[in-house]
Amino acid sequence: MVLVYAESPRGQFKKAAFEAVTFGKKLADQLGQSCAAVVLGNVQGDPGELGRYGASRVLQVANEQLNTLDSQAYAQVLAEVARQVGATVVILSHTSTGKTVAGRVAVRLNAGLVSGVSSVASVESNGALVVRKSVFSGKATAEYAIVSPVKVLSLMGNAIRPEAIGQPVAAEVLPVAVPALRVRVREVRTVEGRVPLPEAEIVVSAGRGMKDPSNWGIVEELADVLGATTACSRPVADSHWRPHHEHVGQTGIAIRPNLYIAIGISGAIQHLAGVNNSKVIVVINKDPEAPFFKAADYGVVGDLFEVVPRLTQAIRKFKAAQ
Amino acid sequence: MKFLVCISQTPDTTARVAFTPDGKAYDGTGVTFIMNPYDEWYALVRACELREALGGTVVALNVGPAANETTIRKALAIGADEAVRIDAEPTSSAFTARQIAEYARAENFDIIFLGKETIDYNGAEVGAMVAEYLELPYIAFASKLDLEGTTAVVERDIEGGVEAVEVALPFVVSAAKGMAEQRIPNMRGIMMARTKPLKVVPAVPADEPVQVVKFTLPPPKAGVKLVNPEDMDELVRLLHEEAKVL
Ligand SMILES: Cc1cc2nc3c(=O)[nH]c(=O)nc-3n(C[C@H](O)[C@H](O)[C@H](O)COP(=O)(O)OP(=O)(O)OC[C@H]3O[C@@H](n4cnc5c(N)ncnc54)[C@H](O)[C@@H]3O)c2cc1C
Ligand SMILES: Nc1ncnc2c1ncn2[C@@H]1O[C@H](COP(=O)(O)O)[C@@H](O)[C@H]1O
Repeated sequence: MVLVYAESPRGQFKKAAFEAVTFGKKLADQLGQSCAAVVLGNVQGDPGELGRYGASRVLQVANEQLNTLDSQAYAQVLAEVARQVGATVVILSHTSTGKTVAGRVAVRLNAGLVSGVSSVASVESNGALVVRKSVFSGKATAEYAIVSPVKVLSLMGNAIRPEAIGQPVAAEVLPVAVPALRVRVREVRTVEGRVPLPEAEIVVSAGRGMKDPSNWGIVEELADVLGATTACSRPVADSHWRPHHEHVGQTGIAIRPNLYIAIGISGAIQHLAGVNNSKVIVVINKDPEAPFFKAADYGVVGDLFEVVPRLTQAIRKFKAAQ
Repeated sequence: MKFLVCISQTPDTTARVAFTPDGKAYDGTGVTFIMNPYDEWYALVRACELREALGGTVVALNVGPAANETTIRKALAIGADEAVRIDAEPTSSAFTARQIAEYARAENFDIIFLGKETIDYNGAEVGAMVAEYLELPYIAFASKLDLEGTTAVVERDIEGGVEAVEVALPFVVSAAKGMAEQRIPNMRGIMMARTKPLKVVPAVPADEPVQVVKFTLPPPKAGVKLVNPEDMDELVRLLHEEAKVL
């Protein structure tokens, strides 16, 4: 059995959960096994809907203590569910929750862990599972063989698209004991409106070339027509032109959207480290020598204050014609 | 208070990435190694700040060969009181976590600090494993950490925001940007670091459930396609028809 932890931060399934279930189903097919999804805590809507993404069973530990993250309790419950269903592979998402829990689950199950997996390379005849992940901040790819009987992996965001490859099922409630919590959530502050950066398919990012925080209107507008999330380079966040959570790069967030548009960003290696796994990169910079052009798929050499509004206009026209 | 800071050594961010001919290992020939930025800038500095405010000891711990002692001395120069090196080549996060946990088990640290991830293998794995071995709470990606008596209030980065949590000592925490401000070691710190204790302890045997098959470098990019800045309709067309991302 392939067991997928379908995470539901604050009661809601996100794209990461659907991606993980789809990935789990495809791996299960490859292994000649079935795929079960497990849900922790209470969720909005019917968890059985996860069947659409390929789970043939959906198990819910509907204990309200699991509505907030305590990694110890989560790991204990997930490991117990894995034992009950006889899981040989446990899949989590490579998100803030998954990263907090995956290592603990691996220790509890005596399992090898590879985190941030982007694909399965092969299933070996000796039972080893070979997976790929990006290492050295996107500058190389590694293949690892997980050789333990039980295997744990966490799936990188946007590594695959969620696919409707199954039918909704009736969720089963599992009675699993939950230990006393040791981490209490006091407060959550999230930014409303845009899709969080790690989940965004299109990201519009701007750097010091913007000159002043008051100029960000043209970036916001471009992001709006694209349904994109905004990001920024580190000096921009450091000078409080933009909020800290928008900072991408080696010391910020690493992302891999389908489309990354870099505006007035020079493309320093530490910036590239967070974005060079993007599928397509567009660079807008007035300096034809900007290093970012070397990492770009499409480049526009020009003044961003003219080019960006023009691009917004062109996209608006394109969307209207669709 | 007794704080442990786990420090790792990574290639300098601007170092070229190359592998041995069999593709099995990183080739560090000629590469400058640094302390992993999250460990140095945030975890270590915050631990030192808390020690300065509350008293106690900061122990810096590295699992690595003798060659890492330059990095370990830097941690002492920044402010750690003593250092421990577990004498082994860290082959995986499982191995490293096992070593850290075995050492920490008998030492009763109030807080075990790590960085949010190493910038080479990008795992974010060790902290959760250490916490599980020691049966301690674990807060990952903490961008703020304050103590109120024996309770800590920690803010951790989550997708699109932050979550403030409360946890009693002892616990394990991984540090992200924001937890502290980078400190540059001064002359006095560097001099003092030479005389601070650096203990070397042997490693314990550990299973290796994960093995490297190979490392590969990505194929070079095809090269940038330049679009006329006057013609953004053309860029939209390319993104739609060629790149298929619109
Ligand atoms: C250890 C370490 C870690 C780091 N981590 C990160 C990180 O995580 N993320 C990160 O981003 N940086 C990081 N940095 C900083 C990084 O090295 C660069 O300094 C930074 O990315 C530069 O930001 P920028 O491109 O916005 O600014 P600049 O380098 O100043 O570039 C501005 C660009 O805008 C262009 N420009 C100016 N005006 C216009 C105009 N009118 N129209 C079009 N283009 C224009 C310029 O040609 C230039 O290329 C790190 C540095 C170190 C040492
Ligand atoms: N060899 C090591 N010695 C000591 N601490 C380490 C070592 N490797 C990793 N760590 C710690 O674990 C954190 C996370 O590493 P990783 O799980 O490899 O991304 C690092 O930021 C360090 O604090």
